[in-house]
Amino acid sequence: MARVEAFEVLKPGILTTVQDLGRYGFSQFGVPPSGALDPFSFRIGNLLVENQEEEASLEITIMGLKLKTLRDVVIAITGGDLFPTLNGESLEMWRTHLLVEGDVITFKRIRSGCRAYLALSGGFALPKIMGSRSTYLSGKFGGLQGRALKRGDILYTLDRPPPLNKLGLRFPSDWIPSFEKETVLRVIPGSHDHHFTEKGFKTFSSSTYQVTPQCDRMGVRLEGPKIERRSDVEESIISEGLISGAIQVPGDGKPIIILTELVTGGYTKIATVISTDLTKVAQLKPGDRVRFEPISIEKAHLLLIEQEGRLREFKRFVEQC
Amino acid sequence: MGDRGLLLEFGDEISPEVNEKVRRMALAIRATSIEGIVETVPTYRSLLIHYNPLILSIEELKKRLKGIENGLQQAPFPEPKLTRIPVLYGGSYGPDLEEVAKYHQISPEEVIRLHCSKPYFIYMIGFMPGFPYMGELPQELVTPRLKTPRLSVPAGSVAIAQRQTGIYPMESPGGWQLIGRTPAKLFDPEKEPPALLQMGDLVQFYQISEKGFKEWHE
Repeated sequence: MARVEAFEVLKPGILTTVQDLGRYGFSQFGVPPSGALDPFSFRIGNLLVENQEEEASLEITIMGLKLKTLRDVVIAITGGDLFPTLNGESLEMWRTHLLVEGDVITFKRIRSGCRAYLALSGGFALPKIMGSRSTYLSGKFGGLQGRALKRGDILYTLDRPPPLNKLGLRFPSDWIPSFEKETVLRVIPGSHDHHFTEKGFKTFSSSTYQVTPQCDRMGVRLEGPKIERRSDVEESIISEGLISGAIQVPGDGKPIIILTELVTGGYTKIATVISTDLTKVAQLKPGDRVRFEPISIEKAHLLLIEQEGRLREFKRFVEQC
Repeated sequence: MGDRGLLLEFGDEISPEVNEKVRRMALAIRATSIEGIVETVPTYRSLLIHYNPLILSIEELKKRLKGIENGLQQAPFPEPKLTRIPVLYGGSYGPDLEEVAKYHQISPEEVIRLHCSKPYFIYMIGFMPGFPYMGELPQELVTPRLKTPRLSVPAGSVAIAQRQTGIYPMESPGGWQLIGRTPAKLFDPEKEPPALLQMGDLVQFYQISEKGFKEWHE
């Protein structure tokens, strides 16, 4: 299928990257998954515009992205509410819209959350690197030349008729996640419990932590009460594999939530955020406050099955439209 | 680890024996290709398995892994491959060479001779794409990390820290002592496989001149 121009980047905003659901199978070469930090919002976006769930979309951070539409396209915006506008008018999120040539979309400022996704029917036509179109920023590959979007970039799509029968389609409002400034993240304790004192774990599970400005696609550094560790075990561990949501506690006792651009690490881990709550982690921004609530792995799996059920149900609904 | 990671541990030390167990298991899992295993991350002494609990329950995963473990001894295991890596030591290419020599009260030439004196075993590739963690350094070269990590280490830098030696495939921040630089390209996302070096293989460093560095090609 031919490639055609879809958008021109008038302003790239703070950080806008092309992401899909990530690059798997290459960690033995030191390559982290990358991919959308909030996979739930990302997948809903693609379902709304009749794409495959893993089709590449734009991940927009905080504010400032301004795009000019170069042909008629169908889009949906999901994730954090970054106040998207169409030609200056507020644009409803979590539903499909038809944009016509010349339309301008702007993400003005944060109303809630931190990251929005712009899904485009037909996807963003870019080569796959190691099986994925995700941008890996520190590795400088994937997505658009391994970098964030910049002014003047032209974004291409496949020349496919827009799904006009899907216009106005909405994701059910009571299923839309809300992203508050104070949030509870459910975690599964481990795997280095023996490195922390009982008091240290209690501090972790009962305190409120604040998100610092050190938060990017690699991790979210938190500020708050110091987590006490046992003095008779070493501070660091022999480097091992990481998974997004893992909470590392380095020597200073302040937790860091790991995201998708890291593959191995040598700090002790006190717990891991459950899969369904990664959407909330992706939407944290400096100043937000979090608490951690330990739950069992069985409970986490049930929550995941429940979330997947909603996704499946919505997918069936879209297909019938 | 969490609700979609399982960490298999094979020992609590850095040794080629423990590392070989990790590698055998990683190879066997890859050869079996179990639906629901998303990724395996082999490291020094453990193997992290990312699984999709919607496809594969943790009980079923553990059962399948047990089965693989029982058949491990029969599984084929490749011989280590030796790769020779050229290095231009010292000067602006290895800004810490003099300090390392001073720390051990030996000459920079002696540091170079020792660094090239034996092949190193690659324990894992991690931290960044294509970065090999290798050991063990001769006892006379065991050096602590820098007190303050550099904000930027040039691509190709050959470095040492404690009993390990490594190579930075791309520019990044880093706290290891830089003793030289290689013109060899350690990572290329367009290549198959993308990394020049692999876990379980061996590396022999050899010294080249500045002229050799500039004229070097693969």
